[in-house]
Amino acid sequence: MALFKKTAHELKGLLESKEISSEELTKSYIERIDSIDQKVDAYLTVCKDQAIEKAKEIDKKRVNGDELGALAGLPIAVKDNICTKGIKTSCASKMLEEFVPPYEATVMKQLNKEDAVLLGKLNMDEFAMGGSTENSAFKVTKNPWDLERVPGGSSGGSAAAMASEQAVLTLGSDTGGSIRQPASFCGVVGMKPTYGAVSRFGLVAFASSLDQIGPLTKDVEDMALAMNAIVGHDPYDSTSAPMDYPNFAEALRNDVKDLRIAIPREYFSDGVQPEVKEAVLKAAKAYEDMGAIVGEVSMNIMDYALAAYYLISSAEASSNLARYDGVKYGMRTENFNNLLDLYKQTRDEGFGKEVKRRIMLGTYALSSGYYDAYYKKAQQVRTLIKDDFDKIFMDYHLILTPVAPTTAFKIGEKASDPIEMYMGDICTVPVNIAGLPALSMNCGFDNNGLPIGMQLVGKGFSEKKILRAAYAYEQSITKSFVRPSLG
Amino acid sequence: MFHPDYEIVIGLEVHSELKTESKIFCGCTTEFGGDPNTHCCPICTGMPGVLPVLNEKVVDYAIRAGLATDCKIAEFSKQDRKNYFYPDLPKAYQISQYDLPLCYEGKVEVEVDGEKKVIGLTRIHIEEDAGKLNHERNGSLVDYNRCGVPLIEIVSEPDMRSPQEARAFLEKLRSILLYADVSDCKMNEGSLRCDINLSVRKKGATEFGTRTEMKNLNSFNFAVKAMEYEAKRQIKVIEEGGVIVQETRRWDEAAGKSISMRSKEDAHDYRYFPDPDLMPIVIPRERVEEIRKSLPEMPDSRRIRYEKDFGLSSTDANILVASRKIADFFETATEHSGNPKLAANWIMTEIFRLLTEEEKEEGKIPFGPELLADLIKLIDEGTISSSIAKKVFEEMWNTGKEPAVIVEEKGLKQISDDSTLVTMAKEVIAENEKSVQDYLAGKDKAVGALVGQMMRRTKGQANPGKVNEILRNLLNEMK
Repeated sequence: MALFKKTAHELKGLLESKEISSEELTKSYIERIDSIDQKVDAYLTVCKDQAIEKAKEIDKKRVNGDELGALAGLPIAVKDNICTKGIKTSCASKMLEEFVPPYEATVMKQLNKEDAVLLGKLNMDEFAMGGSTENSAFKVTKNPWDLERVPGGSSGGSAAAMASEQAVLTLGSDTGGSIRQPASFCGVVGMKPTYGAVSRFGLVAFASSLDQIGPLTKDVEDMALAMNAIVGHDPYDSTSAPMDYPNFAEALRNDVKDLRIAIPREYFSDGVQPEVKEAVLKAAKAYEDMGAIVGEVSMNIMDYALAAYYLISSAEASSNLARYDGVKYGMRTENFNNLLDLYKQTRDEGFGKEVKRRIMLGTYALSSGYYDAYYKKAQQVRTLIKDDFDKIFMDYHLILTPVAPTTAFKIGEKASDPIEMYMGDICTVPVNIAGLPALSMNCGFDNNGLPIGMQLVGKGFSEKKILRAAYAYEQSITKSFVRPSLG
Repeated sequence: MFHPDYEIVIGLEVHSELKTESKIFCGCTTEFGGDPNTHCCPICTGMPGVLPVLNEKVVDYAIRAGLATDCKIAEFSKQDRKNYFYPDLPKAYQISQYDLPLCYEGKVEVEVDGEKKVIGLTRIHIEEDAGKLNHERNGSLVDYNRCGVPLIEIVSEPDMRSPQEARAFLEKLRSILLYADVSDCKMNEGSLRCDINLSVRKKGATEFGTRTEMKNLNSFNFAVKAMEYEAKRQIKVIEEGGVIVQETRRWDEAAGKSISMRSKEDAHDYRYFPDPDLMPIVIPRERVEEIRKSLPEMPDSRRIRYEKDFGLSSTDANILVASRKIADFFETATEHSGNPKLAANWIMTEIFRLLTEEEKEEGKIPFGPELLADLIKLIDEGTISSSIAKKVFEEMWNTGKEPAVIVEEKGLKQISDDSTLVTMAKEVIAENEKSVQDYLAGKDKAVGALVGQMMRRTKGQANPGKVNEILRNLLNEMK
């Protein structure tokens, strides 16, 4: 079996027993990228030489018997909105096309500490705004299950790279479902940790109060491994939670007997593709068969979640993206005669359509006279959504829902209708609004053979419980990663 | 000086740079100057993905300033983003405070022409400073060194009714900030600057007139001139039947007038909203009390004490307490000499004469207060005369030597031996027949010339009172 077909924990074993070297493994992944990525277009930057260099370094450490990190020698890749020192970080935007950060994101420091090998940077929707990766300024990433379809977004590159086995694990970011929905579309495991569990320092901000970095992996065991590497308190992030994080490997127990799982009615409305509904309800049945208690609940506030999300995230984005003004770094227009021109032209040329749309929406929502009606109201709805979740968590440990109303759609299918695209976030957005942890994993396929994802949501900092439930389900269904045939 | 039918209404916004060693959201130094862009990092230059972390010292300093001005301290406060585009603002928003400032409802007491008046403080909030633009011939360059330097903005109520009151307020506020040790208030380095909101109205009117704002005045003198000019300008506009436009104006010191910068029509909508990268600031009462305990006695209470305990006039006491270092110097000198009046006089005359304004602030006196006390004691004991004391003082200033040593070395001891003085007086009387005749003819003042002669002969080392007495006795015997 080719090395790239293995999971992270399998490869970790092979590296530890010295059956393979990191150099060998890294080269096999680079070969894989060379042969397959022209079809998938997941990568924006591949750092071959640096990766091989790093792999050799780790091999040397292993030979010397030096202490090694938990991801020692494993080739990984990260979304291009995570700052990598000395490696271009573009956010898939013309605005940052040539931007090379002089600093490292905290998660990158953590991955380095665990001795991971960075293969490169992955495509995404520009500034993480979108649900299909079609908003990238540079390339359209394809869904490895059907190259005419989108991989989802905004972490489409991170999900497609996993499904096409071009990295052992990847990192994405999730503001309204940007890890979970592409994970679902591509049939991999994706996790959005609790807000504050993973440092945001060095993640190029889209919406500060919603953004969260998380991993995409082949299976739940790999997810536990990845989560262990990236959670932790960071003094450079004021919103980082100072607490003792558990060892997630302890969650890998095939036991759900004490778990109470809620199924919210509103997530299974008529807007949801029948096969999706069916597959998720089948998963619920599987939990019942394993001895968990499953009950139906209602979340009334759901109707307002999307509106609240688009107001809050756009408002924050309008402010977060104001710094790209052509003065300091990134792109600067050639055509300007005065300061105002410089601002206008740079932002006009540097930002894509969707980014501009959200900046305008957010600017409007914050402007004087409208603040109370929009931004403030949205924040009030946010509190109600949190309350709704809290209520359910008084009786249940977890909530089970679809990840998206549909499976992967065709490239270009929704590109002209932003609202249609926004509607696709309905299942994932409330989780970010409430700052909760959630995991997305495959629970079947539709009639076109496209992956269907289910979502497990838990209380704040209950990642361990979520992983346990996910692991148990994975064990009950299949024990190996289902992969698309890419030829 | 102003139209008698009008009243001026002034409110001030004062920005003061805090004395923290590092910036408000990162570890960079706040040191003034430095080559352009050498005191910055990815955080204060707003690079993609960086996050702010609040320097808790900034909160402590702001609370100090608040307590020193009788403010209430918020139990719950937050930081907000003020969004606007400008090249010296790297994030394109300034982290400031909008509706929940750290301190609110304070007051500052001022005295103008012997009248005491209380000026209300609306609020004190914390914020970050912006960078600086250097305009060159072929473009503008940005220096981000000052970005993220912590500031407090102190906003007064529109309680001042004349430029003099506003000046007194600024001076008092500066003195309080120096006492509380939260800012060095160096106007030349921009660590204290003020914006002036000014309007005029007919006396007796209850509504405020339309105000204009003048930004960033970094000298009290300029501020006073700006207020005088602006008040006259507004009165003139109204008198001529015009209306005042609410606008921002710039004080042009060289031209001696204020110039319109932008009107309210194109005013900014700052789109304030709570900064999601920062947590709310929760201030436990214990923290406030701890800071309260650490504050020194403030100028007002010192002034009252000086009037009561040392019998100083209110004016003198005010002058002495303006700078904490000077006030400390005065108190120690008083303690050691037991003569507050003389200590005060020496400081306000001789010492102030030799100190520049800035050195007064720093209390940069080349010798300690104990030495001034020693000098005062020498005068009080009659060892030296006041005029000799001035010479001794000069020597102390230049060498830092103890006064007793100087007196010894230079042989400046006062001649109080009567027989020496009587012999000398007889000689003087013999040599100055005209003055003697004048005196005997009833011109009492004529004795002054003789005293002068005596003082010259003794090189000022005689006690003038005694000399006067001896001369009169001898002359009266001649009657």
